[in-house]
Amino acid sequence: MYLLCAENITCGYDTIDILTDCNINVKKGEISSIVGPNGAGKSTAMKAIFGLLPTKKGKIIFDGEDISNLQPQERVVRGMGYVPQTNNIFTSLTVIENLEMGAFIINKDFKNMIEYVFNLFPVLKDKQNQPAGELSGGQRQQVAVGRALMTNPKILMLDEPSAGVSPIIMEGLFNKIKEISSQGTGVIMVEQNAKQALEISNMGFVLNQGKNLYTDAGKTLLANKEVRQAFLGG
Amino acid sequence: MDFLNGIILISNYIIIPGLTYGSQLALGALGITMVYAVLKFSNFAHGEFMSFGTMCSILLTWVFSNIGITFGFFPTAIFVLPIAVTFTVFYCLFIDKFVFKFYRKSKSKSVITLIVSIGVMFFTGGLIRFIIGPGDRNFLDGERFILAPKTFKSFTGFNEGLAIKTTQGITVIIAIILVLFIFWFLNKTKTGKSMRAYSDNQELALLSGINPEKVVLITWIITGILACVAGTLYGLDKSYKPFTYLHLVLPIFAAAIVGGVGNPLGAIIGGFVIAFSELFITFAYKKVFYYLLPEYLIPNGLLQILSTDYKIAVSFIILVLVLLIKPTGIYKGKII
Repeated sequence: MYLLCAENITCGYDTIDILTDCNINVKKGEISSIVGPNGAGKSTAMKAIFGLLPTKKGKIIFDGEDISNLQPQERVVRGMGYVPQTNNIFTSLTVIENLEMGAFIINKDFKNMIEYVFNLFPVLKDKQNQPAGELSGGQRQQVAVGRALMTNPKILMLDEPSAGVSPIIMEGLFNKIKEISSQGTGVIMVEQNAKQALEISNMGFVLNQGKNLYTDAGKTLLANKEVRQAFLGG
Repeated sequence: MDFLNGIILISNYIIIPGLTYGSQLALGALGITMVYAVLKFSNFAHGEFMSFGTMCSILLTWVFSNIGITFGFFPTAIFVLPIAVTFTVFYCLFIDKFVFKFYRKSKSKSVITLIVSIGVMFFTGGLIRFIIGPGDRNFLDGERFILAPKTFKSFTGFNEGLAIKTTQGITVIIAIILVLFIFWFLNKTKTGKSMRAYSDNQELALLSGINPEKVVLITWIITGILACVAGTLYGLDKSYKPFTYLHLVLPIFAAAIVGGVGNPLGAIIGGFVIAFSELFITFAYKKVFYYLLPEYLIPNGLLQILSTDYKIAVSFIILVLVLLIKPTGIYKGKII
């Protein structure tokens, strides 16, 4: 039983299709990575799943329901958290205000979620009253992930979480992502650093030119010679 | 004694008027900055919104004094302010609904909306002159001074008098209350924070479920409040003439840009920077030196750097310098 399952989705801009008959899925408490070369449609797939881009064909099933026609905001209420690749924090707001804005849509007490995020990223607790724009690249990503976690989502979608951060920071971030998924949250992420991403992933989806090229367990894809040569640099 | 006389002279002609004028400019600039931060355009109609608010205050003052309601020591206009503010807010919302909304929906460039705001400015100006006429109106009633110069002189025995006009006291107090309220609103309430979030990153604000229509609505409400209060305070202090407000928008813009447009704290600092530089540069210092220097050193001229006719030029010189040296303003705002 998949937590989220995008079946045969086709979408794009105007007449040009970026994705054709693409399948992506993730189970509860697992990590799925979307990897592939530049222009493969990885980010487009994420946007389509989150509803930022209308799908022309196919459907998206989340938690047993068809959500293909819902607005992104409604998907947030249903339990999806999305971290965009760029401009994913409010730079002039403090760290804690960023988290509060993450919980804007839910009218529940979110104190325990702030605790959860601070436990996950202790550095944010120390800097909670600092404007998020003054933080380092890695800390900004933590704020971005924390913001998306504030609604206590069932699924977390990360678009290039390691973009612009150093390898050491990236490793730390990947460990946190593993920690989040071990709490029962499903994670879908798009990654440039395909090798490292597949290492922590239960499932890997290799896209090329908008189509599924390989779909298999992360470890299996890493062991696959063709995949290694074509996409993982040998 | 002479030294203190000099200090009193400067307080009377620069410090107190500067604080008053600065507060008025700060409130005006805050309105412009709010619109810029949230709606992303420079609202040249703001001066006329201030004028509209003042007109409402004047009309209401007339109504109240006709039916015989006055407030003793305080000017009537202060007490009718809440009603005048309501009218101004409705006017702002009306203009937004029928003019600005169209350009917002069609995602026009900010320069186009700027030109539209100039159109709104002329329309509003015409409407105001149609309703109340272009003449000078003095609507100040109540007590004129909190501290009259004569009282001060007889009380302290100084040569120089120190005057604090009622309007000056009221201006500064109301400005402080209003500014504190707005900062509290922006920084402590959920709606205020969502406005800052929307101004910072519209896309992410939408993803977070912040309703843009609500943010825009609140922005116009705050703008209407600020415009009406700033305009009424200025009119009480200096008398109301519709054409003055057409010119007033210029130092207000200078204040907003000098402080860093889009930054509320910057707008306030900018207001005082502009107000004080205008006064410092156009003040005739002769009398101050008369108190401070021995007689043989006192120069003959007025010791005025620029004539008061150039008052508005001062704010523009500062504006040009700021744009050349530090285009983001004192506090980092967004470059226009």
